[in-house]
Amino acid sequence: MTGLTVRDLKVVFDGFVAVGGVDLDVPAGDVRFIIGPNGAGKTTLVDAITGLARATGTVTFDGQELLGRKVHRIARLGVGRTFQNSTVFEELTVLQNLDIAAGWHRGPLTLLRRRTSIPPRVQAALETIRLTAVRDQLAGTLPHGQKQWLEIGMLLVQDAKLFLLDEPVAGMSHEERDATGELLGELSRDHTVVVIEHDMDFLRRFARTVTVMHAGRILSEGTVAEVQADPRVQEVYLGHSVEA
Amino acid sequence: MTTLQDPVIAPDPTIQPATRRFGAGTGSRAVIGFGLAAVALFGLAPVVLGDFRLGLLAKYLCLAIVAVGIGLAWGRGGMLTLGQGVFFGLGGYAMAMHLKLTDAGPGQLPDFMQLYGQLDTLPWWWKPFASPAFALAATVLLPMLVALLLGLLIFRRRVRGAYFAILSQALCAALAIFLIGQQGTTGGTNGLTDIQGFFGYDLNDPLNRRTVYFVVAAALLAVLGIAWQLMRSRYGELLVAVRDGEERVRFLGYDPANVKLVAYVVAAGMAGLAGALFVPAVGIISPAMIGVVPSIEFVIGVAVGGRAGLVGPALGAIAVAWARTALSERLPSAWTYFEGLLFILPVVFLPGGLASLAVLLRRRTAKKEVAA
Repeated sequence: MTGLTVRDLKVVFDGFVAVGGVDLDVPAGDVRFIIGPNGAGKTTLVDAITGLARATGTVTFDGQELLGRKVHRIARLGVGRTFQNSTVFEELTVLQNLDIAAGWHRGPLTLLRRRTSIPPRVQAALETIRLTAVRDQLAGTLPHGQKQWLEIGMLLVQDAKLFLLDEPVAGMSHEERDATGELLGELSRDHTVVVIEHDMDFLRRFARTVTVMHAGRILSEGTVAEVQADPRVQEVYLGHSVEA
Repeated sequence: MTTLQDPVIAPDPTIQPATRRFGAGTGSRAVIGFGLAAVALFGLAPVVLGDFRLGLLAKYLCLAIVAVGIGLAWGRGGMLTLGQGVFFGLGGYAMAMHLKLTDAGPGQLPDFMQLYGQLDTLPWWWKPFASPAFALAATVLLPMLVALLLGLLIFRRRVRGAYFAILSQALCAALAIFLIGQQGTTGGTNGLTDIQGFFGYDLNDPLNRRTVYFVVAAALLAVLGIAWQLMRSRYGELLVAVRDGEERVRFLGYDPANVKLVAYVVAAGMAGLAGALFVPAVGIISPAMIGVVPSIEFVIGVAVGGRAGLVGPALGAIAVAWARTALSERLPSAWTYFEGLLFILPVVFLPGGLASLAVLLRRRTAKKEVAA
């Protein structure tokens, strides 16, 4: 595992430069937080890595070039993501959501048959995300925090090696944030985790390294303490209310 | 979206697991359901109904077969197939061409070709349909092949929603107009009419017409069986996921175009089979039966019955077709208005169709039990 390498990444929408030449290295096993004011290009960066936004430059993960591939091909290379608004399949149960996430490699014969038992990988994920008790409940009826955990569980069973999480704790209670933070720590043992986050308190407690973006570029990078001490970061955040 | 205040954590007794909610349930329930349907179709209906009414029922069951496919593609797959007339027509014409050739006898031209005149020999594309095996296979495989090619173009280009519906509708209008324009080789507006025999059996004989009814009923049960297996399979779950979150499915490593394509092609095959059976059941296939209006009527039945279920679409199609006959016998001018109403009411007030009434009632009783 060599992690995620981004070189000179540019995303331009109709002349507007959303991401303007980003270099980023996230080593395997890191828990990297990406922060920055609204419009800094954080989500667009993730969109470019996962094939949703057209970009130039290079993005490699575990030695494989990602740019130019289709969204589902990138997913098959072990790149998984969540969205700011949770996008679980609300009409399906928790178990069905996970089973679908675990299944892109299934052949036609398996697909045309019924699921008769819970795949071990799905069972393990249910326990990791603490949703075993509600596995037969429709995902649409879950509270917001549990939906976000289900999203993370779907990445787990999908066999993603790189997790790109877009504001996973937005709208969560304190207890749910703590539990999510612990979950990220567990995940980092054998995954590379990138988190876009606004919550500075959450960042201080669970980030291993931090990248600060501003106006489509990388402003600063380092440990939480290093980034907080950087005068450029303080300047960017002056006048912006930092949620804490 | 649910908020943090939502207290649902313990399993909610009012919520059915998705497989049951959608009416494609466990094995034993399904066996009972199929048994009851078989008794009704093979035991009850032939005894209770006279020859005329049984013939009408055979026609309704053909529409029900189309409806099962629409339930799969639209109800589960989210593709509003407003143009199933294309596939119904391909199946119907494939069958009718074979039957016309058999009626005419070896080496003879079908009656309408002699009537309209200019042809001395059979057009080349009619010739393979003289073979019963080719014609039978074509009734299902031809619509599926066309759906496959169309689907590849449509779904790869991410055409969906209203655009997909309009495109489907334009296609069936185009096919109907094409058929009308080729009077010498397709029978034009009249279609292929006055079909006398069905693989050697005289369709004027009431006994043979009953046999046709039994063939249609068996086909409906088979089609329901296929849809049941597809809906309860992992593919069925994936199809619902694509319906509700096509982009999300992409990020899980699937190509949603392929998932939709399967349901679309299967639905086309079912419509083709229905068209093929419609010909011996009714004795005619014409552009008026495959154009825009009948294509919309297919969908109305499905909407009334409940699009996401297994039996809802079939029952809805039968009920609407029956209501149409009953009403137009008594009040010929009122049917059109009533039909419009039939489409609007479920869409506005009961999106799940009549099938969801049962679920609503069950939930209401369950809630009362919880409250008590």
